[in-house]
Amino acid sequence: MTTSPASPRETTEGAVYTVTGGDWDEVAARAVTSDDERIIVNMGPQHPSTHGVLRLILEIDGETVTEARCGIGYLHTGIEKNLEYRTWTQGTTFVTRMDYLTPFFNETAYCLAVEKLLGITDQVPDRATLIRVMLMELNRLSSHLVCIATGGMELGATTIMIYGFRDRELILDIYELITGLRMNHAYIRPGGLAQDLPPGAVDQVRAFVKKMRKNLPEYDKLATGNPVFKGRMEGIGYLDLAGCLATGATGPILRSAGLPHDLRKTQPYCGYETYDFEVPTADTCDAYGRFLIRLEEMRQSLRIVEQCLDRLEPGPVMVEDKKIAWPAQLALGPDGLGNSLDHIKKIMGTSMEALIHHFKLVTEGFRVPPGQAYSAVESPKGELGVHAVSDGGTRPYRVHFRDPSFTNLQAMAAMCEGGQVADVIVAVASIDPVMGGVDR
Amino acid sequence: MSDPKNPERDQGNHNGNVPVQRDDTGEVIGTRRGMFGANNGGDTSGYGGLVRTVRLPGAAQRPYGGPRGDEGGYGEFDEIADELEGALEEQGLVPGNVISKTVVDRGELTFHIEREYLPAVARILRDDPALRFELCLGVSGAHFPGTPSDTTNAGRELHAVYHLRSLTHNRLIRLEVSAPDADPHVPSIVSVYPTNDWHERETYDFFGIVFDGHPALTRIMMPDDWQGFPQRKDYPLGGIPVEYKGAQIPAPDQRRSYS
Repeated sequence: MTTSPASPRETTEGAVYTVTGGDWDEVAARAVTSDDERIIVNMGPQHPSTHGVLRLILEIDGETVTEARCGIGYLHTGIEKNLEYRTWTQGTTFVTRMDYLTPFFNETAYCLAVEKLLGITDQVPDRATLIRVMLMELNRLSSHLVCIATGGMELGATTIMIYGFRDRELILDIYELITGLRMNHAYIRPGGLAQDLPPGAVDQVRAFVKKMRKNLPEYDKLATGNPVFKGRMEGIGYLDLAGCLATGATGPILRSAGLPHDLRKTQPYCGYETYDFEVPTADTCDAYGRFLIRLEEMRQSLRIVEQCLDRLEPGPVMVEDKKIAWPAQLALGPDGLGNSLDHIKKIMGTSMEALIHHFKLVTEGFRVPPGQAYSAVESPKGELGVHAVSDGGTRPYRVHFRDPSFTNLQAMAAMCEGGQVADVIVAVASIDPVMGGVDR
Repeated sequence: MSDPKNPERDQGNHNGNVPVQRDDTGEVIGTRRGMFGANNGGDTSGYGGLVRTVRLPGAAQRPYGGPRGDEGGYGEFDEIADELEGALEEQGLVPGNVISKTVVDRGELTFHIEREYLPAVARILRDDPALRFELCLGVSGAHFPGTPSDTTNAGRELHAVYHLRSLTHNRLIRLEVSAPDADPHVPSIVSVYPTNDWHERETYDFFGIVFDGHPALTRIMMPDDWQGFPQRKDYPLGGIPVEYKGAQIPAPDQRRSYS
């Protein structure tokens, strides 16, 4: 067909226009002359303002959104099904890829569920739990930084984006030092951690906390009091407490409605009851309130990270039970991170039993007593729940992730309908959905 | 072979079974045979005769216990169960008919609900001031199919599992509903918990559980024209063999596994 992009194509559903940019006036002019006032706009699934492959289906009347729906599933990778064909330990490699901006939360939630099934929750060493908390709080910072950075970019505030990614880079450097990878770490394992902190990690985290304390006020200076920023955010994406509970929204969305619900306080795990921090709330129920909450949560996370560093004491980072603990500490070799050569030398050269044990644990894995367990952590986006079922085998029988992004995204319609098209972007950004977590 | 230190292990060895892992009480949901998952006669390992019975934790007896329990063992779980039973009676329902089983395991309380009563129970749990489970954490499915030779679980192959959180009382409970493969219907509770809209669509998409009364039960993750329900146990994972360092590595669901 050699029609111009803005000319309509007749279908059974009505005239369909393909807009390629720059021809919006033409389309609008044609729409005015058509007898149907209703326009349905597909935004995404590949659109710079949709946080990944999210498809928004908007029915608009002029500039007003009369109905809004989400189309999801474009990033479904079958992680839950794949888990059923791997051992319990290999599972961390998969779950870390779900919500790729909060890998340590996925890993911890999964490992807490497995540990609950095994009945070894109390045996996880203190040092492992401390490092888990420290990494989770650093992860809360890096996740909120991306949320604020991309949210700012969608408003055209590119400085915020540059600042956000600049600071996130510092955190990714810490991840790389500790786990060897910037994302997809698989560092937290059932029973503890893959390996201990490397030399220099504590110093680098301390230096980061110091630097971040200097950098965080910059966001305040740039955005918090900025009249343009406030004008775009205030009163947008409104969802009150009743709406939050009905749609199941948790995390900053729920706290922006004034309810200080945070699993770290209400159902503490990993010893969160022993840390000194506050749960910020807002009473504005809007995108601006959520922005302020995220900013304050980052300050609180820095406090927790500092407390972790002060408490760190030498000790094991894996349960003592040799039937669960990976037999070797990992070591960095010429071909990357792997079993330490000393360990391989020992099991291959001197101890057949150790070799058998190593082989059994790595190929077969450990058996988990039958039953089911639910564990939940407060991820930066809300309640991240894991429902794990075991049939007594060496592989998960069923693992389900209640990802907060998935549930929170349902609130999109309630937040956007009746508002302006341009505010849809702000509302979706304030939900902070990550499609890797939504679609899994 | 008797092991004085571990009588449980000894007991398990009586009839040639592998040691049972917790105890031999509980609900049998199936049996696993062999050790390496090779059941087409190719197993020359000598472990082909092993039989393991899979038992999920069985029904609990009063008192259920739970957090903040007293010396008599009476705790928060009993409180929840009492309130729920009382509220059911107020509505003219017989608790014994509605709750088929109550399980307390690993510090978690599970009510197994007969499926036709699910919406009524959900509404009570949400609205009763003493219960107030305001937040539903979605529904998860599980599939426990039998085989022609193993029909221990016939009639309750598909499970829908709901987690409910009370912000008022700071509690968490689990509801479990089962349905047979032949009649995969469970009433929807979207009218009580609107958040379950997408969760029920997801469970329908992956397990084929039809939530009756859902406003628009369509696939949510898989393409609309997809055939089959991927998370069911009889649905293969798929994949192709891959060559790695000169060896053919079969697809994950074709590899030998420990049953």
